[in-house]
Amino acid sequence: MAVRLFNHAFDPWTLVRERERRLPLEGFGACAVFAGRMRDFNEDQDVRALFLEHYPGMTEREMERIVAEAESRWPSITCEVAHRVGAVEPAETLVLVAVWSAHRVAARDACSEILERLKHEAPFWKRERLADGSQRWVEKNTPGH
Amino acid sequence: MTITVQYFANLREDIGRDRDEVTVTGEVQTVGDLWRHLHGAPPARLMAAVNQTHARLDTPVADGDEVAFFPPVTGG
Repeated sequence: MAVRLFNHAFDPWTLVRERERRLPLEGFGACAVFAGRMRDFNEDQDVRALFLEHYPGMTEREMERIVAEAESRWPSITCEVAHRVGAVEPAETLVLVAVWSAHRVAARDACSEILERLKHEAPFWKRERLADGSQRWVEKNTPGH
Repeated sequence: MTITVQYFANLREDIGRDRDEVTVTGEVQTVGDLWRHLHGAPPARLMAAVNQTHARLDTPVADGDEVAFFPPVTGG
């Protein structure tokens, strides 16, 4: 398991490639990757920037707990999970969930489960800066989108 | 008992500070009691953690605990 927080822009594909260099890929027939980027719109408004607040200590613990529980539910998987904190600009990556497994179903299901649990359980809060300079806290994630 | 209370996101802004160090007596036994002692009726959808683990308003609190209050999370 690798769980990381970045306070600067990161390239999700570099993290995936670096991890693949260290994996015995012969045993991992499947890799499912979700990379989430910041949009420049939300709820019909132009969004110019985002600030991601987190709870230092608990955020890392929650991410590790979520990944550990997935690894216990799907014992064949190994994961690379990364999340941004701090100031983010549109098109920058917010979250990476990459899951390797022997077979496709475990990789795909675990990737989806980890992402949904990150969105609903890990302590992160988004504050958006809109085109008119005003700021607003995002009140909830878009369900099921 | 002494409890460290932390606030995040719009709760922190509404309350105007990021933490309280509070000494409370026996009538504060749960996370919900602690919120009511400090701030009155809890807002809808209030989330909490005790010692950096998710908690509920009926979760007990003990001397030395770190309690956090925050709105629904919006990461990912």
